[in-house]
Amino acid sequence: MTSDGPRPPPRRRFFGAFGRRELKGLFWQVLVVGIAVGVIAFLWSNTVTNLSARRITTGFAFLGREAGMPIADSLLAYNPRDTYLWAFVVGIANTLRVAVIGIVLATILGTLIGISRLSANWLLSRLAAVYVETLRDIPLLLQLLFWYVLMQALPAARAAFRPLEGVFLSNRGLILPAIPIGVPQLWVLGTAALGCAAFYVIRRWLIAQQMRDGKPRSAWPVALGLIVVLPAAVSVLLGVPWAIEWPALRGFNFVGGLTLAPEYFALLIALVTYTSAFIAEIVRSGIQSVPRGQWDAANALGLRRSFMLRQIILPQALRVIVPPMTSQYLNLTKNSSLAVAIGYQDVVSVANTTLNQTGQAIEAIALIMAVFLTISLGISFFMNWYNSRIALVER
Amino acid sequence: MTAITDTPDAPRAARRPQMGNPVLRWLRTNLFSSIPNGILSVVLLAILAKGIFSFVQWGIANAVWLTPANDSSACRAVRGFGACWAIIPEKYRFILFGTYPFDEQWRPALSVVLFIALFYLSSRRAFWRRELVYLWIGVLVLISVLMWGGLFGLSFVSQDRWGGLPVTLILATFGLAFGFPLGILVALGRRSKLPAIRSLSVLYVELIRGVPLVSLLFMASVMFPLFMPSGFNIDKLLRAQIAIILFAGAYLAEVIRGGLQAVPRGQYEAADALGLSYWSKHRLIVLPQAIRHVIPPLVNTFIAFFKDTSLVLIIGIFDLLTTAKTAIIDPAWQQFSVEVYIFVAAIYFVFCFAMSRYSRSLEATSGR
Repeated sequence: MTSDGPRPPPRRRFFGAFGRRELKGLFWQVLVVGIAVGVIAFLWSNTVTNLSARRITTGFAFLGREAGMPIADSLLAYNPRDTYLWAFVVGIANTLRVAVIGIVLATILGTLIGISRLSANWLLSRLAAVYVETLRDIPLLLQLLFWYVLMQALPAARAAFRPLEGVFLSNRGLILPAIPIGVPQLWVLGTAALGCAAFYVIRRWLIAQQMRDGKPRSAWPVALGLIVVLPAAVSVLLGVPWAIEWPALRGFNFVGGLTLAPEYFALLIALVTYTSAFIAEIVRSGIQSVPRGQWDAANALGLRRSFMLRQIILPQALRVIVPPMTSQYLNLTKNSSLAVAIGYQDVVSVANTTLNQTGQAIEAIALIMAVFLTISLGISFFMNWYNSRIALVER
Repeated sequence: MTAITDTPDAPRAARRPQMGNPVLRWLRTNLFSSIPNGILSVVLLAILAKGIFSFVQWGIANAVWLTPANDSSACRAVRGFGACWAIIPEKYRFILFGTYPFDEQWRPALSVVLFIALFYLSSRRAFWRRELVYLWIGVLVLISVLMWGGLFGLSFVSQDRWGGLPVTLILATFGLAFGFPLGILVALGRRSKLPAIRSLSVLYVELIRGVPLVSLLFMASVMFPLFMPSGFNIDKLLRAQIAIILFAGAYLAEVIRGGLQAVPRGQYEAADALGLSYWSKHRLIVLPQAIRHVIPPLVNTFIAFFKDTSLVLIIGIFDLLTTAKTAIIDPAWQQFSVEVYIFVAAIYFVFCFAMSRYSRSLEATSGR
């Protein structure tokens, strides 16, 4: 970029006369904000005109009206006479149902495949690599349609596959045996949750003790007592029944048990397998990021393998793993909106139906965005908190 | 948990005899290094053999490859135990080019070739120069002329007849071509010292990244007509394209911001010391370095868009996936959707796999 010869004198710029950076900055800001406000005002006035021309009243009053849309598969009790507001709540619950379970399963599957890619077994690592490459390079929507077609091609309920006793796979979806959860069972589960919380506190105290005198203390008897023995005792004392409900074929359909509808099951499989391919890569690079010297040092200390992984390798790998994992969790949640393509009624599907029935486009889309922004913020907040906990503490 | 390769295993390996058939030696070190590993290998081999066997049986041995035009009876005879690949020769023109006039389909085909040539040239390091921008503009204009026609004796084809692979490539490529400058501006805005510009950029990026693309596409298809003055109508494809550009802009901005952060402070200071203006400083000094840093993640982002363009199916635009889904509505061929999906998946896979290989080779050679 250099040129010979005398440089021309610096050009006097528009604000050169003021010679003030602040003024120039102010000019740009006023310009950009002015344009943004102008564009929004223009769009807004058009929208208001168009809406009044189409006799659509804006506002969320429609939420109180009767929805009249069927929602086949829902976690919460719903019938078409309920309001739009309740339909939205049901849709949000359905989104969360697929997102939360999907995140848990994708994390487990992704971790297993990520570790498999590093396996010393050539065949296992090649298979894991093929799995990752194939799933990552095909659009999720295509995979979702594919799984859904496969679900529909399954035999009818009478000829259902029975891979295990009490498990049926048919074009009605996946039917599993279930344990009915009522108030007495909730008491037991609540005790177990309290036990977990108490164990967490005690474990922190034990670690603090170990930091003080260097003697390792085993925490598992406490864990066993609080999380297993205590709830079991409560269960026996209260006489809580734990009957398993086995599904059975009656006529053309199944009675009892837990039913995963084909739409839900296809969406769950597609989200879990697709996301697990990305998670596998994150886990692999996380483990590989731990320097070799750390493995060597742990071996030289004569540590047991499980201890070495848990105390030395994993804490360092997690630092690399957690931030990209957050964005995978967010992606999975956002991708669950593809449900609309196969007719699983998540919040986007419900909003889409609402939009077609009432014409309240702006409100419906604003609701979708509000829901997803809230979920995204929730996940980022939680993961940032977790990340700050495991981050490197420089001493 | 299986053994991890990184564990130092050297002493045991050294003790092992290093003689005999190299194939056996390879098998021993890679598949049968220990008893659990051996069991695992046998189990995996059994599963793999069974999987390959049933796929070969379904996909090759019992498959129907060709049938007389529009006659699916041979396929229906093997349904359930043999694939019907005959649906591909029957429907490939529709899957690849949608409802584009049949006799003019060489035009979208040529556009696809031009796209691929453009991607190939852009991937060569020797072409990473300013002239590449002109090449992109030229090729994109050429493709527009080819697709629309109305010039040079080509008949005019309106956008609602476009479909298939060219639409997928158009959505992805124009999304990148317009999203990239937008992303640069927003990334600079996010690092700007001016509070109003910074907060506008942050708002834009976080808002777009926080919501699913589906909701942006809904917005484009349902709300966009409300935003415009009455009588002003934009084509559906263009509306979806705008949504994808806005989406791409936000994601690319974050990638470019990463690159900007990687440019050492000294470079900025040196540019300031030369008395360069804000724009010259970024155009000549900062951005060329920043973008070079982030080429692999940029390629990855592009792979993600390429896949995400398939979401326009939800608002009824005829991209590759939608034409595939439409092709199997035909009652005679309805039951053979799996074959069509495999065919389309293979097309997507070839594009994405080529890009991801490329991105990996860049990562391997970066820093040289």
